[in-house]
Amino acid sequence: MAEENIRKPLGLGLDSILQPERIYEPDVILEVKNMTKFFPIKAGFLQKVVGNVRAVDEVSLFLRRGETLGLVGESGCGKTTVSRTIIRLYEPTKGVAYFKSDVLSSTEEPVIVNLAELDKEEMHKVYQEISMIFQDPINSLNPRMSVFDIVSEPMVIHGKSDRKENENVVGDLLERVGLRASYMKRYPHEFSGGQRQRIGIARALSLNPKIIFCDEPVSALDVSIQAQTLNLLADLQHDFDLSYIFVAHDLSVVQHISNRVAVMYVGKIAEIAESNVLYNHPLHPYTEALLSSVPKPDPRYKSKRIHMEGDVADPSNPPSGCFFHPRCRYAEEICTTTPPEYREVEPDHFVSCHRVEELELKGV
Amino acid sequence: MSDQQIADQEIFEEIKEAEVNQSYLSLVWWKFKKNKLAVVGGIIVLLFYIVCFFFAEFFAPYQLHETKEYFRAPPQLLRFVDEEGSFSLRPFVYGLEETIDMELRLRTYENNTDVKYYLHFFVPGEQPYKLLGFIPANIHLFGADPNVEGSEMFLFGTDSLGRDLFSRIIYGGRMSLWIGLLGQLLTMALGVSLGTISGYYGGATDIVVQRLTEFVAAFPDIPLFIALAAAIPVSWSPQMIYLMLTLILVFIRWGGLARQVRGLILSLREREYVLAAKSAGATDRRIMFKHLVPGTMSHVIVIATLMIPGMILSETALSWLGLGLRPPLTSWGVLLQEVSNVRSIRFYPWLLIPVPFVIFSILAFNMLGDGLRDALDPYGGR
Amino acid sequence: MKETLVEVNDLHINFEVREGTVKAVQGTTFKINRGQTTGVIGESGCGKSITAKAIMQMIPHPGKIVQGEVLYHFSDKTNPSQEEIIRINDLDPDGSRIREIRGGEIGMIFQEPMSSLTPVYTAGYQIGEALSLHRLVPQKLGDQMDSTIQKYRHVTKKEAREIAIDMLHKVGLPKPERRVDSYPHELSGGQRQRVMVAIALSCDPVMLIADEPTTALDVSIEAQILDIMRDLQETEDMAIMFITHNLGVVAGMAEDIIVMYMGKQVEHASADDIFYNSKHPYTKALLQSIPKVGRRTTDRLASIKGMVPSPFELPTGCVFHPRCPSFMPGKCDQIVPTWQEVEENHWVSCLLYEEV
Repeated sequence: MAEENIRKPLGLGLDSILQPERIYEPDVILEVKNMTKFFPIKAGFLQKVVGNVRAVDEVSLFLRRGETLGLVGESGCGKTTVSRTIIRLYEPTKGVAYFKSDVLSSTEEPVIVNLAELDKEEMHKVYQEISMIFQDPINSLNPRMSVFDIVSEPMVIHGKSDRKENENVVGDLLERVGLRASYMKRYPHEFSGGQRQRIGIARALSLNPKIIFCDEPVSALDVSIQAQTLNLLADLQHDFDLSYIFVAHDLSVVQHISNRVAVMYVGKIAEIAESNVLYNHPLHPYTEALLSSVPKPDPRYKSKRIHMEGDVADPSNPPSGCFFHPRCRYAEEICTTTPPEYREVEPDHFVSCHRVEELELKGV
Repeated sequence: MSDQQIADQEIFEEIKEAEVNQSYLSLVWWKFKKNKLAVVGGIIVLLFYIVCFFFAEFFAPYQLHETKEYFRAPPQLLRFVDEEGSFSLRPFVYGLEETIDMELRLRTYENNTDVKYYLHFFVPGEQPYKLLGFIPANIHLFGADPNVEGSEMFLFGTDSLGRDLFSRIIYGGRMSLWIGLLGQLLTMALGVSLGTISGYYGGATDIVVQRLTEFVAAFPDIPLFIALAAAIPVSWSPQMIYLMLTLILVFIRWGGLARQVRGLILSLREREYVLAAKSAGATDRRIMFKHLVPGTMSHVIVIATLMIPGMILSETALSWLGLGLRPPLTSWGVLLQEVSNVRSIRFYPWLLIPVPFVIFSILAFNMLGDGLRDALDPYGGR
Repeated sequence: MKETLVEVNDLHINFEVREGTVKAVQGTTFKINRGQTTGVIGESGCGKSITAKAIMQMIPHPGKIVQGEVLYHFSDKTNPSQEEIIRINDLDPDGSRIREIRGGEIGMIFQEPMSSLTPVYTAGYQIGEALSLHRLVPQKLGDQMDSTIQKYRHVTKKEAREIAIDMLHKVGLPKPERRVDSYPHELSGGQRQRVMVAIALSCDPVMLIADEPTTALDVSIEAQILDIMRDLQETEDMAIMFITHNLGVVAGMAEDIIVMYMGKQVEHASADDIFYNSKHPYTKALLQSIPKVGRRTTDRLASIKGMVPSPFELPTGCVFHPRCPSFMPGKCDQIVPTWQEVEENHWVSCLLYEEV
């Protein structure tokens, strides 16, 4: 990438930990470093801040062009908040998100920007390159807008308001996601859950984005429809060279669609690795326990579930040291006192655990 | 799939397409129709608006300020059978004969059975008027026989200046219903916009708006009315007074609506389609007016319908107290000013006839509003 | 051979709504034995929950049983030798008899742990409520030589609380003495669902109907709840009717599985047969369409083509034929398949296994 395309020196005045690293690699399009989002807990008459919910706590990850990064974890682990914070639907408390943007570039080459410090106008432009798909096929479409209005809304927002032209685009998009172009005059309540999810996908595609943040896109769908939707997402990724960040709680779905998978626990990333590596040779005890509790569709399989004691830690009052230690069967003295470092133990395999080297963990 | 089946499928899809396009409204209509009381209420409201609001000049036999030489004449009974027992298909009233009761110092009227004034339809009036404000016309729906000299017909009697009460109730309805409608529209505009802003932005904005609504709600209604109404200069034209009165009513009532809208917005803004619009880069204004406000509309319409009676009642009460509209403006409340003492109730009880009209219109609005609420409520199930 | 507990015979349930008639359940026939776990799987709208509600005589308005019957083999807990067959669908849905069965004989767990507990009462109170309605304890009548003339009375408040703590302990809730006084909002989703299990089990039910009990929960919590249910079933010898859409969950729980599609049973066999020897094309397709954890392939998932048909416009013949990979033109779209036992204890409703 040409040096002059970097508008101002990246990471200027930032801590060394926030300096860009992977984003200079040609196929990486997004690098998130130490992304943190605290939601203040207010109490009393004066709404004094009495604490913080550490929804996302120093998350670092990167995304390559055309790949899918799965984000898994139990509810409340911050997986949804991460994606919303990256694209500034929530203002990050701390951290940076480097992104290769075409729309902000004045030349042919994309320019690297830090999403966390873009002003309103620039961010508005970047929204053309980022879109989202949501979980709830009922809540994610405005019931009072026609399918045409829903799918064309991003185009209208970004100044493409020619109705005839938009109708053509929407028609093509609907056909691309497996619906009829004539459906554009209908309203969301006339569709089944799977069809609505397709409408949501068409909307996400309408501006030709580079990254789509998929927030549990299939968890509300029936099994047979789920498979269709996953196939559709895979086809679209291939055809449009899309990158996905795929948030889900269903480990088998995430494994199926993701090239790499990140496991989150109480706002932190426990482990990121290439999908097959993570599922077969996990390095973090939480990953191991999580994998062991996935119900297998096989009556002959004898469950070897690893018991995790207690409940998920409270993100407003996390335990000391490693957040997972109260439930970890391998926990030692150091785990209770010192937070583990998040490090790359093998190429592309990041783990945050003190005892990585000593443990022999089992995958699926 | 065979070709035949594919063709069948296509036809089926097409039929479905034609059907579903208006299905939300048709569902609402279907549910509304099932509630007979609401349908009756709706019809009454519609009738009130047609008769009083749009075509008062046509339906009233006299004009608003048309005076006759009969002062506080009692209502004349429409008859089909006269004293001798002979039947006539065309109803008639007896003429009135004035007598003075010297003892009570009262002017009283008695039926003069010798004179019969027959009811005629589509009779020309004495003065021309403009229908809907621009169509010149002279015809009234009914009236006394136009071919008989001096024939009059006061179905509800007359007031102290000799004006036909029936006509004045119809005209008064126009003003009362108009204040209900206009006041409610302004209330909606104010309540919805402040409620939306308050709910959407939250934080300090929310606190300010909420405290404001509480402040207004905490005031005792009547003293506030009286104070504000008394502050209107008497020298102002009736139209200005009318406008001010409407604004006072709006000022007192917007808070409740704003709170309800705020509550709706708070739940709607968490919907994923709002996030979807945000993630597409939509501005706050677009999100509010394109996504949030339309979602509250069905509720707002219901709330507004149920609030109109309150508007009408407040206007009536204020005007009756002499604090609201003043003659020559005529509303139901103004008409009732004539019965502000026991003497008039004792001797001219027909001047209370506007009261049932107030009651009927209010009941009708309430029935309509209840029906609308059930029909539009998206959470009510089938 | 175990004793039969519930028999459902040719059950048809219709819902009359404005748009037409929804045939929610069409001719379901099965038996649930004492102490046996029967899984019911199917996609949303296939009639699995309605069937379960029919067993409790709790069909929501405007649903009606138009044909068939539900039989419950009732044996008095205090006098187990007598058995009485109750025709559930003849009972008054608000009558005292069915209320005795609901809760007392058949416990139920729902999907939503948040909304199935009353927010204004403590967990202990809500368990105690069920107890005071259904649980009877022997009344001590001094030194009775003959135990058969024991009398029974309802539990007292104090006893109810003790039993509640005991139940919460059984379902694995930590610190049950303290949790018994917690309000639902003070509990996490998994804890709430455990309280639900405790309520359902507090009256020693003979049968438990679990309607998607773990769908709203995380995998680790789900696994805990499933373990608890499995353990309790073994120790208490309950029959469980386990309704879910998750094939993984049902595989680990059920001995017998019923597969439903659009209100019809399409297959009923042992869990092993369903997963290793499935006969119906829908069951096969369903099994292939789920991604399997542990083996990532870049292949597409085998999906079932098309959408679930509108409940008002059910296809003719076999309801699955428009989406079926083994569709036989001229047969499947015209002939309604019958319910047949093709192998021992393996029933299928498919024309592939019928001579037509």
